[in-house]
Amino acid sequence: MAKTIASYFDELRGTRVWRSVFRSGTGSSTLHRALAVQQNVFLHLFSTKVRTRMLSFSTTWYLGTLTFGTFLLLVVTGIPLMFYYHPSVPQAYADTKDLEFVVSSGLFLRNLHRWSAHAMVFLVFAHMFKVFYRGAYRPPREFNWVIGVILLLITLLLSYTGYLLPWDQLAFWAITVGSNIASAVPVMGNKVHFLMLGGNVVNANALLRFYVLHCMILPLVAILFVAVHFWRIRKDGGLYSHQSEPQTVTAGPVPAAAKGGQFQ
Amino acid sequence: MTDPTTDPKDFVAGIDSNAHKSPTRVVFVTRRTSAQVKVVDEEEVQTYPEVLFRAIVAIEVLTIALVGAALLFNAPLEGIADPSHTPNPAKAPWYFLGLQEMLHYFPPVVAGVLVPGLVVMALIVIPYFNINVEAEGLFLKDRKRRLLIFYLAAAGLSLFLLLFDVYVALAPTLIVAGFMVLAAQSSPQSPSAFRRYLAAKPLSYWIMTWFLFELAVLTAVGTFFRGPGWSWVLPWRS
Ligand code: HEM
Repeated sequence: MAKTIASYFDELRGTRVWRSVFRSGTGSSTLHRALAVQQNVFLHLFSTKVRTRMLSFSTTWYLGTLTFGTFLLLVVTGIPLMFYYHPSVPQAYADTKDLEFVVSSGLFLRNLHRWSAHAMVFLVFAHMFKVFYRGAYRPPREFNWVIGVILLLITLLLSYTGYLLPWDQLAFWAITVGSNIASAVPVMGNKVHFLMLGGNVVNANALLRFYVLHCMILPLVAILFVAVHFWRIRKDGGLYSHQSEPQTVTAGPVPAAAKGGQFQ
Repeated sequence: MTDPTTDPKDFVAGIDSNAHKSPTRVVFVTRRTSAQVKVVDEEEVQTYPEVLFRAIVAIEVLTIALVGAALLFNAPLEGIADPSHTPNPAKAPWYFLGLQEMLHYFPPVVAGVLVPGLVVMALIVIPYFNINVEAEGLFLKDRKRRLLIFYLAAAGLSLFLLLFDVYVALAPTLIVAGFMVLAAQSSPQSPSAFRRYLAAKPLSYWIMTWFLFELAVLTAVGTFFRGPGWSWVLPWRS
């Protein structure tokens, strides 16, 4: 009589409709749980098992996970923001003002998007340094580190292109200061600058370019690289831990403290 | 590795397999090396549901914190963009203010193109240098030569920063160099845990720490301590 929520859930998972959607089926055996990951197009980026020790907070501080979390929040808040925003001058500014004063919860949406963006930039740096200090860039993870550097650049570009969109003084001059640096590139500096802005100064063309990059191109590229990043963690043998790597130690005296003392 | 066909005894092979835990491992060990598998089997948990559950909790905590921030603090919105009215100072987003601070001292090709380009390249090549992968204490091997190079590099860099009046970047450089000197005077047998720790640190650690320190200091200075005309201001007196 006393049916638990879990048993309802199990029933649900046994229905024909559920089975048609999720291939792994009911059951909570290790096999079923492994299949739940392996048979799912998104989850199969991850390995089916993780070393318990890698889950402890001190290993990663969950910084990569949190970076991904900010990215999700940015997508979720970014889409409704797009509904209210026209990338044209001066409409862009008026729309941003409307978000603040007219659209219900518009201010909250914009705030959450803005603070999440700052958090993402901060977290991606923090994640990078954390990965470095525990030595997790080592072979066979070299390439995942490189993918990480690409993700760092994408994150900075995402944030930078978004910065122009409100079309206020802060946005305009921040982008002006930043884009002027592009002119300093030897030989083709002015060409790069022009390509970036669609003109010689920050204007309506620049706004449109930044908008397309910010809302379309860069998020898609980010999703692609994040997927590869996660998949490589699985392929490179799970998260790095100094102790669990099969180590080949060259013969000869190795100071004990020098070996054991790092990357704990 | 020597060709095993010419000397069949130059390696030993071992197979370790436990189908419940891990795929088959085949190990080849040559004579010159000895394999040491420190931890053979580790406790593991299922990704579904344990790991996913933790990830979701972590993301939820983050979401709560950011929602709180969004309720309490409003994102800035100034007047409409006006190309004819330059604010003073005009600042880039905070994560570029370290660069902007450097633009104050060096020409744009150096501060805006060369330095960031080199930083990105340096980040990319980190895992491809064996010295980083082996990660032995910087001064534990070849001590004399390395000390000499270190002193020359540190003095050269400090002098350069001094010449261009970049005291903001000089301070972190001197502090990190100070710790490196201490590391050079320490050994893995040192009674102090902190000095053992320093002695074990490889070159990449020192460079990255220096970079992190510079990044933090330059960004903080650019964000909080720079006012009109990029002059010094105190953030609590504006
Ligand atoms: C959008 C940005 C990024 C996201 C969403 C992301 C996400 C993650 C996640 C969830 C992990 C799992 C472990 C952890 O949390 O530390 C991870 C691991 C890793 N990340 Fe990132 N990351 C990003 C950027 C970077 C950057 C900038 C780097 C370095 C330059 C990097 C290098 C690595 C490496 C090497 C690992 C494997 C660590 C190991 O094997 O233990 N990632 N990343």
